[in-house]
Amino acid sequence: MTYVLQRLAFYTVTAWAAITINFMIPRLMPGDPVEALMSRYQGQLDTSAIASLKALFGLDENKSVWEQYTDYWSHLLDGDLGLSFTFFPTPVGEVIAQALPWTLALVGITTLISFLLGTGIGVYSGWRRGSWLDALLPVTTFISAVPYFWLGLIAIALFAVKWPIFPFEGGYDNSLVPAFDWPFISSALYHGVLPGVTIVLSAIAGWILGMRNMMVTVSSEDYVMVAQAKGLSERRVMFGYAARNAILPNISGFALSLGFIVSGTLLVEMVFNYPGIGFQLLQAVGAKDYPLMQGVFLIITLSVLAANLLADMAYALLDPRTRKEA
Amino acid sequence: MSVITTDVTAPADVPAPAAPGRARLRFLRGGKTRTGLLILAFFAVLAVAGPWLAPYDPDAMSDDLLQAPSAAHWFGTTHTGQDVLSQILVGTRGVLVVGFLAGFLATVLSVLIGVTSGFLGGAADEALSMLSNIFLVIPGLPLIIIIASFVEDTTDLLIAAVIALTSWAWGSRILRAQTLSLRRRDYVEAARATGESTWRIILFEIMPNLTAVIASGFVGTVIFAILSEITLAFIGVADISHWNWGTVLFWAQSNQALAQGAWWWFVPAGLCIALLGTALTLINFGIDEFVNPRLRSSAGGSRKVRMRVGFTPVARTGTPGKPSKEQSE
Repeated sequence: MTYVLQRLAFYTVTAWAAITINFMIPRLMPGDPVEALMSRYQGQLDTSAIASLKALFGLDENKSVWEQYTDYWSHLLDGDLGLSFTFFPTPVGEVIAQALPWTLALVGITTLISFLLGTGIGVYSGWRRGSWLDALLPVTTFISAVPYFWLGLIAIALFAVKWPIFPFEGGYDNSLVPAFDWPFISSALYHGVLPGVTIVLSAIAGWILGMRNMMVTVSSEDYVMVAQAKGLSERRVMFGYAARNAILPNISGFALSLGFIVSGTLLVEMVFNYPGIGFQLLQAVGAKDYPLMQGVFLIITLSVLAANLLADMAYALLDPRTRKEA
Repeated sequence: MSVITTDVTAPADVPAPAAPGRARLRFLRGGKTRTGLLILAFFAVLAVAGPWLAPYDPDAMSDDLLQAPSAAHWFGTTHTGQDVLSQILVGTRGVLVVGFLAGFLATVLSVLIGVTSGFLGGAADEALSMLSNIFLVIPGLPLIIIIASFVEDTTDLLIAAVIALTSWAWGSRILRAQTLSLRRRDYVEAARATGESTWRIILFEIMPNLTAVIASGFVGTVIFAILSEITLAFIGVADISHWNWGTVLFWAQSNQALAQGAWWWFVPAGLCIALLGTALTLINFGIDEFVNPRLRSSAGGSRKVRMRVGFTPVARTGTPGKPSKEQSE
């Protein structure tokens, strides 16, 4: 329990740090790009929108930094992230709320698949070190060195343009209205295949390598030898003794690599015009829509922190040492 | 800060003075490492000589619009008739310069913070590892994108600095764990007992034993930096008038190269990235296997031997490379 509380405290501090970074970035940068944006939309902004943009980007020169900081927090706590200029005049919060489910589904499903598959392959290739599975290593190395977005481009070129099996952009058929019915869900799944496979392919290499290295290390431990000497079946020793212990670092690695996975997913969304927050970030960058950019960064960071907390709890459940020491 | 920087990193550039020649040779003998170094050298030559080797001016338009690869244009042409091969050749320099600069800056930061925090211990350690843990969980790419897009003119140096600022934490964490385990070794205690100053202990007793870890952290950061930098160019955040492989991909994407089936426009740049990334990863494998002999695949010898429990011929003690779970947490 203490362990979980400790982690919770750490993530709270991290969330505070991320929010403070978000507060500082526009204030440290030269020039006032946001001011320029606001003057372009002058007639169309109402007073409360102007006030929140000023608070979020520190345009109120008369206030001290501390006052700006408290203002910033009070706007954030109200859920007010300013107005998006790309989707003017929709508030940033609404824009993100529309896109977030797509990203969460994409990241969640692909991460689960690549974790399970990669760990499985890693267990096998680590146990049977020196077998043909070792030939897999250079291949995975090569694939993990390829940027996610380029793999996405290739996937589009092959499976959407050359052999048009899958749609090359979007998250669902535009003729459908988003709803919880079979036509829409099947269309969303169909559109998700190419982006999903791209992410799984790029992400899986890391799991395979990490798990393989841990298996190699663990399989020379004494308890594995004892298990084998007892005459337990190969399968039992491999999964019940070696893999079970080797998987722990992979789970804590899981938490740390989440940031990379999310970054990769954002890029894949950009390539496929997938309606998640990565694609919105791309649009925001193109239009210099700073409120949306900062909102996206904040939401991504907070989601990653939440996911990390979950992974830590899973770790605490799996590793009795964390419970005992705490 | 710059003064301390030069002080601490100087030994990192010098090969480990204590390593016996035989061990160092073994590191180079590995096929993986050698392949990696060869590919890296190839790209380094391109980075230096690229602009002279390029058959055309990468910006020059011609009448050969969107041509498939041919003898005149090895990698084909773009929709305005620019030569893709020349763009890639000219772009190599930017990729390598930013990658290695960012890797160097991040390594300096991670050595400073990681070794200091591991060696000092106590409250300073708590604060510094908190800092690196925070940077570790905050997703790097969105942060890089935001900082880079707030700046008006994005130079190579600035991009490198931003990437370094967001990517030092991983190396720092590993270095801290490693320093922690070295700090209480007998030879360090002996050095302390003979009255060596703290700085001397850090620089001459601890740092040489961290060389492999620092090197592998450096290579890893370079990979990350190259990917981030190309990503920034691809999204259009970095300066797109400055050629690098990401810029080529940016123009390919924004001019519908995919829909027109112009594969030669985006395939070479991606393959170059993958090749360079693979080369660096192979070098890192070499370093890892040098540090942790158990990871070596049964290269040479009888390949038929199936590795099993009990076959592992290496003693389990004294593998300094991979800190065990207890040390790193």
